Amino acid sequence: MSKGTIKKISGPLVIASGMRDANMSDMVRVSDKRLIGEIIEIHGDEASIQVYEETAGLMPGEPVESLGYPMSVELGPGLITSIYDGIQRPLDDILRVTGSNNLQRGVEVPSLKRDLVWEFVPVAKAGDELVGGDVLGTVQETVVVQQKIMVPPGMKGTLKEIRGGQFHVDDVVAVLETADGEKELTLLQRWPVRVGRPYAKKLSPNMPLVTGQRVLDMFFPIAKGGVAAIPGPFGSGKTVTQHQLAKWADADIVVYIGCGERGNEMTDVLNEFPELKDPRTGESLMQRTVLIANTSDMPVAAREASIYTGITIAEYFRDMGYSVALMADSTSRWAEALREMSGRLEEMPGEEGYPAYLGSRLAQFYERAGRVMTIGSEPREGFLSAIGAVSPPGGDISEPVSQATLRIVKVFWGLDANLAYQRHFPAINWLTSYSLYSPDMAPWFAEHVAEDWTETRQRMMTLLQDEAELDEIVKMVGMDALSPADRLKMEAARSIREDFLHQNSFHDIDTYTSLAKQYDMAKLVMYFYDEASKAVAQGAPLNALISMDVRERIGRFKYVPEGAVPGEYDAILEELHKEIAACMGKEA
Amino acid sequence: MPKEYRTIQEVAGPLLMVKGVTDVAYDELGEIELASGETRRCRVLEITGENVLVQLFESAAGINPQTSKVRFLGHSMELGVSEDMLGRVFDGLGRPIDGEPEILPEKRMDINGLAMNPAARVYPEEFIQTGVSAIDGLNTLVRGQKLPIFSASGLPHSQLAAQIARQAKVRGTDDQFCVVFAAMGITFEESEFFVESFRESGALARTVMFVNLANDPAVERISTPRMALTAAEYLAFDCGMHVLVIMTDITNYADALREISAARKEVPGRRGYPGYMYTDLATMYERAGRQQGKNGSITLIPILSMPEDDKTHPIPDLTGYITEGQIILSRDLYRRGLQPPVDVLPSLSRLKNKGIGEGKTRADHMDTMNQLFSAYARGKEAKELMVILGEAALTEMDLIYARFADAFEERYVSQGYTNDRSIEETLDLGWELLRMIPRSELKRIDEKYLDMYY
Repeated sequence: MSKGTIKKISGPLVIASGMRDANMSDMVRVSDKRLIGEIIEIHGDEASIQVYEETAGLMPGEPVESLGYPMSVELGPGLITSIYDGIQRPLDDILRVTGSNNLQRGVEVPSLKRDLVWEFVPVAKAGDELVGGDVLGTVQETVVVQQKIMVPPGMKGTLKEIRGGQFHVDDVVAVLETADGEKELTLLQRWPVRVGRPYAKKLSPNMPLVTGQRVLDMFFPIAKGGVAAIPGPFGSGKTVTQHQLAKWADADIVVYIGCGERGNEMTDVLNEFPELKDPRTGESLMQRTVLIANTSDMPVAAREASIYTGITIAEYFRDMGYSVALMADSTSRWAEALREMSGRLEEMPGEEGYPAYLGSRLAQFYERAGRVMTIGSEPREGFLSAIGAVSPPGGDISEPVSQATLRIVKVFWGLDANLAYQRHFPAINWLTSYSLYSPDMAPWFAEHVAEDWTETRQRMMTLLQDEAELDEIVKMVGMDALSPADRLKMEAARSIREDFLHQNSFHDIDTYTSLAKQYDMAKLVMYFYDEASKAVAQGAPLNALISMDVRERIGRFKYVPEGAVPGEYDAILEELHKEIAACMGKEA
Repeated sequence: MPKEYRTIQEVAGPLLMVKGVTDVAYDELGEIELASGETRRCRVLEITGENVLVQLFESAAGINPQTSKVRFLGHSMELGVSEDMLGRVFDGLGRPIDGEPEILPEKRMDINGLAMNPAARVYPEEFIQTGVSAIDGLNTLVRGQKLPIFSASGLPHSQLAAQIARQAKVRGTDDQFCVVFAAMGITFEESEFFVESFRESGALARTVMFVNLANDPAVERISTPRMALTAAEYLAFDCGMHVLVIMTDITNYADALREISAARKEVPGRRGYPGYMYTDLATMYERAGRQQGKNGSITLIPILSMPEDDKTHPIPDLTGYITEGQIILSRDLYRRGLQPPVDVLPSLSRLKNKGIGEGKTRADHMDTMNQLFSAYARGKEAKELMVILGEAALTEMDLIYARFADAFEERYVSQGYTNDRSIEETLDLGWELLRMIPRSELKRIDEKYLDMYY
């Protein structure tokens, strides 16, 4: 360990001299206040340190101590339901230890609670030959999450002994005889956050991450193990969309990172998630969630670390063979933290003051997502899907962070301020958004939902595209200039927008729609269009078709509870046929 | 007795470079004594070995590197707080300017505050009735929220802010708001308007004012809002009061920030504002809220004027990303005589969903709100179409919506600055307007409310 002294202080950047023995990326404790920092640059015996806490009151000459290991997180039972700051300190424990509602500095609390006792059930037996990634045993962490306690990556040997029973996270549960001698294994392992956890093989994603959000699942699906970006100006619903994904995505584990965003949003999650039921398990959503909160008023350097802390925890669960979904809100704030440190280091700026390595850092982060076969003698299939919100200044996505993100991600959910003004939520623009996973997911949808899923989707998209073109004409010459067929097209497109795409996240039923119901809804809307088109071709009056009563019933179909869907679907179809038949007899 | 340094090397704008300094801490408060004996305050911005970069909170005029002395005070910038602050007026550095004596502080608080632990926050969900329909009905304000007013030069944001300060109450409680008012770089007249308005409504005795006028030093504006928020934190979390903080004008604050950044020769972000402006604004705005185990709350209404009415300018843009919504004033509506000229479509209150509904306002609130928004949006579209193509080109339904949009602006939005509407009046007015539209069109409203109110 190396000890130096503070030489320069500039905001979150501290330069210390006498640090010749320190390594790049080592954790350090700065000053007698024992603030946490990380070495980000070394020149001779001077180290530049980014400090994860407020630096007011530091003086030159104060001691700096290198801890000799890189910034790491603790992985083990107790992660789920926790709320951490950007460097994995549990905020509830900080609250308890300091007794203050404000964040004090230099607080030392363990990441995983040391006083909790876990029931460890061994799977491996003494004498087994084990390698990194092999399962030693299991701990039922919450009602829905069973943690697999694994041999840390890189280790290999014969299991000398293993004990079942009640343990704290730092108690020894097994001893492994390795080439370098005996290693004691606990329920807890550490992993440096800036290094991705190893896996055996990466695979192409092959199934969708079902979110229950119609515009996402039907139009722009994200794959399990895929990456997506949600850019949008403020007020367009980035955070609500991220929350909806955290609530309803069919993942085993959700890691939600509030990176430089509002404090009340994290409080909202903390209040709401324990109350909400996971549609798959029937248990509270908090039972599968890990929260990382580094709000905008918290120190900026820890914001930079928060997304790495989050993704390392996510990888740990992926290694157990789970499907993990990670949401980062917002990656722009992370990039700004990067820019601030870069500015303080007096690096040559790239575009808009962002460092030249912005793009590569972003790519490194997103590339840690994916569908993988894990390490170990019995590989498991694990998924890590990552969804990043982007907050472009003024909503203009030509800026560096959005552009660097778009080069990496395969799904683009473009939020649109105009849709938000019209209170069309989710305000995802159906013309500009895209998902490159769609073709790969088509077989899955055909097999698990309906043969013509992809075809229905395409027809709806085409109608919306046509509407945009017709709209131009209407703006110039008025609705009357359109042929009845085109006017019907406009009506059908409106129905897709209002009756299908529009989804109220605050409505008990509408907030989540199963794939089967999504398909039924889409079919109803298209059925109306097809039948009405036929009727128009045979001379039925358009106005009568447009003002059929059944259309209101189609519009309200989204509020029908899942159980009542099949009955209501048939009833609507029947009424539709009747009313169309009635229209046929009418005069224009 | 702290050491005095006569080693000022450079004076550049609001920055000083002092050499040979020992035992000084980052962010420490300092004092500069001029030859005349006058003292000015400053703080440590950067320390490199024995060289210290210092930022003045006041004007640099008259500082002479040879004769001026610097001493450091061993603590950061603090404000002495007590309940006696109510009814008093201070300058941007917390010194009384109303001719009364200094207050006797209960304690001294660091004006930068400490970040609130997200786990210690209480979610804001108590409905505040402001008596303004465009806010209560459509962009509901709740206790502990930060909701800025996006205005522009020449628009009546002061009238609206004063109206909110006057009328705001939480129904079913006797709790009153006390007001903390921070003026940054505004004119004497504008500041006087607020004083008068508080005096008329009898709120002056429950108001603390921190005033930095247009002719006061720009750098003082850096500390003014922090002084105000520190006072607010004391009143809210130590004294258990509900505090409404009004800050005007954030644009002047941001310009002062830019001035210091430019003097430091930092790499500028958009439009010359520093890259850390988001974080800087956030450390102010995020001080609003409610906390566990505390009765009081801080509700924050910052006012900013959008340069060139441009919402994408960095100041409104970054503010919008931090605050929980925004109330936008529109020049178009102002020209047409709407009072207040609130443009409801781009306005937003993010916390409204938890603050409205059964037991808070009324069960039908959410549905009617969504319907009013979408109907008004459609009506405005129809009106645009009418401008291009004439009334004849509109369908019958579009005409209904166009008429609805007009009535909505005239009756719902434009209510005047003295009209205090209860939430029931606001909701009923909404229904009255919605009745202009056929029932089958009202898809956003649940059947049972249509049966009850339509």
